Amino acid sequence: MPKQAVISGNMAAAYAAKYARVDVIAAYPITPQTTAIEYLSQWVASGELDAEFVPAESEHSAMTICIAASASGARTFTATASQGLALMHEMLYIASGLRTPVVMMIGNRSLSSPLSIWNDHQDSMAERDAGWIQMYAENVQETFDMGLMCYRVGEDSRVMLPAMFCIDGFFLTHTYQNVVLPDQEQVDEFLPPYSPKYRLDPSNPIAMGTVGDPRWYMEFAKQKVEAMEAARGVVEEAHRDFEKIFGRRYDPFIERFHCNDADYIFITMGSVSGTFRHVVRELRKEGASVGLVRIRTFRPFPYEELREAISGAKVVGIVDRSISFGAMKSCGPLFLEVRAALYEQEKKPKTVNLILGIGGRDTTPSMVRECFKKLESVDERREFDVFWIGLRE
Amino acid sequence: MSIKLSELPAEDYFLPGHRACAGCGAAIAIRLILKVAGPNTIVASATGCIEVISSLYPENAWGVPWIHTAFENAAATASGVEAAYKVLRRKGKISHDKVNFLAIAGDGGTADIGIQALSGMAERGHNVKYICYDNEAYMNTGIQRSSSTPYGAWTTTSPPGKAIPIGKREVKKDVARIMVAHGIPYVATASIGYPLDLMRKVKTALEIEGPAYIHVHTPCPTGWRFESNKTIEVARLAVQTGMWVLYEVKQGRLRITYKLSKLKPVEEYLRTQGRFSHLTDDDIAKIQEDVRKRFEEFVEGYRQLGVSVEA
Amino acid sequence: MIREGAGFRELPPAAIVPEPGTSLKNKTGSWRIFRPVVDREKCSKCRICWLLCPEGCKIELEDCFETDLDYCKGCGICAQECPYKAIEMVLEEGSSIA
Ligand SMILES: Cc1ncc(C[n+]2csc(CCOP(=O)(O)OP(=O)(O)O)c2C)c(N)n1
Ligand code: SF4
Ligand code: SF4
Ligand code: SF4
Ligand SMILES: [Mg+2]
Repeated sequence: MPKQAVISGNMAAAYAAKYARVDVIAAYPITPQTTAIEYLSQWVASGELDAEFVPAESEHSAMTICIAASASGARTFTATASQGLALMHEMLYIASGLRTPVVMMIGNRSLSSPLSIWNDHQDSMAERDAGWIQMYAENVQETFDMGLMCYRVGEDSRVMLPAMFCIDGFFLTHTYQNVVLPDQEQVDEFLPPYSPKYRLDPSNPIAMGTVGDPRWYMEFAKQKVEAMEAARGVVEEAHRDFEKIFGRRYDPFIERFHCNDADYIFITMGSVSGTFRHVVRELRKEGASVGLVRIRTFRPFPYEELREAISGAKVVGIVDRSISFGAMKSCGPLFLEVRAALYEQEKKPKTVNLILGIGGRDTTPSMVRECFKKLESVDERREFDVFWIGLRE
Repeated sequence: MSIKLSELPAEDYFLPGHRACAGCGAAIAIRLILKVAGPNTIVASATGCIEVISSLYPENAWGVPWIHTAFENAAATASGVEAAYKVLRRKGKISHDKVNFLAIAGDGGTADIGIQALSGMAERGHNVKYICYDNEAYMNTGIQRSSSTPYGAWTTTSPPGKAIPIGKREVKKDVARIMVAHGIPYVATASIGYPLDLMRKVKTALEIEGPAYIHVHTPCPTGWRFESNKTIEVARLAVQTGMWVLYEVKQGRLRITYKLSKLKPVEEYLRTQGRFSHLTDDDIAKIQEDVRKRFEEFVEGYRQLGVSVEA
Repeated sequence: MIREGAGFRELPPAAIVPEPGTSLKNKTGSWRIFRPVVDREKCSKCRICWLLCPEGCKIELEDCFETDLDYCKGCGICAQECPYKAIEMVLEEGSSIA
């Protein structure tokens, strides 16, 4: 019988790896992810989980160990944040290049300097082009579910890409919520054993990680693109199966809230979506025509779904919790992607970029109301604006 | 244990068609090491000459499973393979009972950028045999100095000039000693000038459970500036002059595996190579003095590391 | 076997070479300027040249060790190290040294 438990986001991530029957965990501590790997090491120590826990001497090595273990046929898990993810950067491209479906939890945290252990999305956004599947959870239940989803999608033979699920540091990593933990049999049904076509095996010697000169490199880059594009269908299929087996339904890519007839729509990712949803509900009661789209799967980017959801709106407020320094008006990366998705549309809404919650700055309902005012007061003739919300002048 | 030349198998697992320069000392080392390790082996290579010359897609010079991920992490890559095999075997998902896990990296990938991953692998006790082939510079990128480049050597980033006439000003980092200080079950130095000794050490390492480190001196005709037929001779001279000492530390016991009653003058070694051609007689005298001193204090230095010494 | 000029749909993933020893098709013998010539009378089959060849291209015959010229790069190590001076390096036809 599935059971109820009150657990933190970090514990939910650890449970996802455990229920996935992970073989090799390699990790390095960093706030706010640390307790996730502590739980795993405890379960390995107690015998509750049969896995190798490799306490790597750096995140670079942790990711390397996961890649090499995956290349050897093992299901792997790691978790990191911020500086740790930045230190892994080199290996993230190698993980996707070698097509090793490593799964990683990110406890989203700002990047130094100044040093900050608090939450924004700069760390994972900096890796958005690394060839990883990227998902962003909003609550603890979804954290657990996304962890399983990452294995299922990443290991699919049509995909074979690494996958990260991102949860907001402290807001989610350290928040306790009531979740349903499934039966192991349900997970086993959802997630077949990992059996890659190629693996390091003395009875069939292969070479992995060769030198690709200009005669070949481009073809392998294209293969990676094909895999990422194939992931779109696989993500949908996996969500259908998920609902069948676990009885919980998610929109695979974007979740819509009061969008159908809305003149004003916010686009968010992660835990801040809760605050936005709350205010949207209030504003609706007050008669405002407002809705919310929450992006769950960021890579592959759901440009068609988004277009469909927002093209009827007058103004779309895209919430970024990271910055693309030096991009147009130094807007956020999500803003760039959404704008690009709209380019082909005949009829397109005005767009506004709302940058908030940088370095852990709290986003309050009154700030969301301030955001809404920005949308309402958009001047049709003006070029887009990038507003920083909650900033002192 | 010994290795007999007459009994060595014909099979190679580092195969012809690789693109190493003619006379490459590292290629000799890797071929011999793989001959000892045999087919039940998985190799993790660091970026560097051996990796590049063996894996220009779709050419694969390896006869065993091989993986390369990056430059600084051969030890971590091998750790990951080893960890996977350990758990998959325990779970009954794979049946191979004895697989050798080798990490292979150059001196740059070991002494410099890779030393952290190497230290981590050793400390965690992975059953990985780590081979450093030491050609005493970053050869793959075109002969830049590494911390393993010897004092006085020319490289493209330690060029002798008016202001700095000596070339490389710093002495060679002693990685084997660092690995002895890790207290792992087996550490050895070796040289392609003494191929059977090298092979015996590899065999010993493979038979001991746990991490091992073997540092092999592998002259490089291209980077050291000598004729390609002199590779073995240069390697032997390094040992005979005391520039490179052959020993092993097995379970905490040190044994000098090539004992010299008298050192040849270092000049005999230095003068074989263009990279030392700028050295003056005084420079050579200084190097000679350093070698003499190091040689005399060698055993005592290891005693201080807590290692016992075999007669 | 990976087909020269194959497209991305045909190639195995991730630049994996799915079989060992495909370097054998790279005939490095073409690099050679000097060729080792063995004096069969002098060869005692001591295996030293076979042991030390960086290419692993010494082949054992009935009465001596010969060179696989498909791969021999002509480094001269075998000639230098042969204890019986049984190998001589001779200039390849068409090659010259400046
Ligand atoms: C992170 C990183 N920095 C630099 C390089 C460039 N690089 C490739 S190989 C190499 C030198 C390798 O030197 P060494 O380990 O001694 O091996 P060798 O080439 O001498 O065999 C360098 C600097 C790289 N590939 N990755
Ligand atoms: S540069 Fe030196 S080490 Fe590298 S392949 Fe050539 S001879 Fe070997
Ligand atoms: S080294 Fe000389 S004697 Fe020995 S096998 Fe080779 S050719 Fe014959
Ligand atoms: S010349 Fe060099 S490559 Fe050719 S057979 Fe002799 S040792 Fe091998
Ligand atoms: Mg080197």
